[in-house]
Amino acid sequence: MEITASWYLVLGTLLFAVGAVGLLIRRNPLVMFMCVELMLNAVNLTFVTFSRALDDVRGEVVVFFVLVVAAAEVVIGLGIIVAIFRRRDGATSDDLSLLRG
Amino acid sequence: MELFVFLVCGMICLGGALGVVAFRNPVHNALSLVATLFGIAVLFIAQEADFLAAVQVVVYAGAIVVLFLFVIMLLGVDRAEAMESEAIAGQRPVAAAVGLGIAGLGLIVLLAGGDGITGQVASAGDRSSDRAQVDELADLLFTDYVFAFEITAALLTIAVVGAVMLTLTPVGADDSLIDDDEPIVPLGREGVIPPADGGTDKLPPAADDDALDARADGAEAGDGAAAEAEVDV
Repeated sequence: MEITASWYLVLGTLLFAVGAVGLLIRRNPLVMFMCVELMLNAVNLTFVTFSRALDDVRGEVVVFFVLVVAAAEVVIGLGIIVAIFRRRDGATSDDLSLLRG
Repeated sequence: MELFVFLVCGMICLGGALGVVAFRNPVHNALSLVATLFGIAVLFIAQEADFLAAVQVVVYAGAIVVLFLFVIMLLGVDRAEAMESEAIAGQRPVAAAVGLGIAGLGLIVLLAGGDGITGQVASAGDRSSDRAQVDELADLLFTDYVFAFEITAALLTIAVVGAVMLTLTPVGADDSLIDDDEPIVPLGREGVIPPADGGTDKLPPAADDDALDARADGAEAGDGAAAEAEVDV
């Protein structure tokens, strides 16, 4: 049985949906970040799939940039989370309703 | 052969993703994320994107997940989250509907359209040429996309500086911008915080009395006890 590009795209769709649901229902900011990473990875998978299907290496260049941006995002996000948790132990995303501190 | 690889890695990816969403302990979530990332790396190899697979393992599994685990251990937040209650009424059904919508609509588009990847096959950056793929990637990265490449360099520098700024405490300053006296009000409970003089007559459920009392006492004493009263929503 032949694996076509659609199989990979279906897997990417399912991974993205799982990540989106996790982002919506979890309240621990760390776990929400992990769900964002899941969604980014699902998109990366579709980029690589299209790159192969269209025989164009530019899709992989985009994945490269997504990786860099994800790394920067995690650094800043975890820095913010550490700054918050140092003062408010056990905070969930519901407690973070103020746009300061 | 590719079918076998795809099925195994697909199941690893989906199982890991469900673990990220479903496990209650953040450490288990992070380890499930590693499973998903490795599965995707193997799928990259199956699609002949060798360089990206290596980068995926090094950057994601090697750096990002370790950073997550480091923060989890550093903060000591490796305890379970209360998953029984919803913070917002109807949050879970809505989330399930959104997820089913994304998955369902995506699958409809993909499966009803047949094998319909359309588009112009590249004239530059040919993926199946004789050259190594890293060479093709590098050629594009340092010619067509060199400006974007420079911007990512600036982005990474800004991220590092920002991370240092976020954790920096100026000498002689209060080490927090957060007001210690400010009580943490769980969502939907804004009206039930007792006044600082201890009017406990309006407190609702018995289970929360201790937490609310502790918070009121802390606000009275002006120390950090308010921030540390653990409140389950």
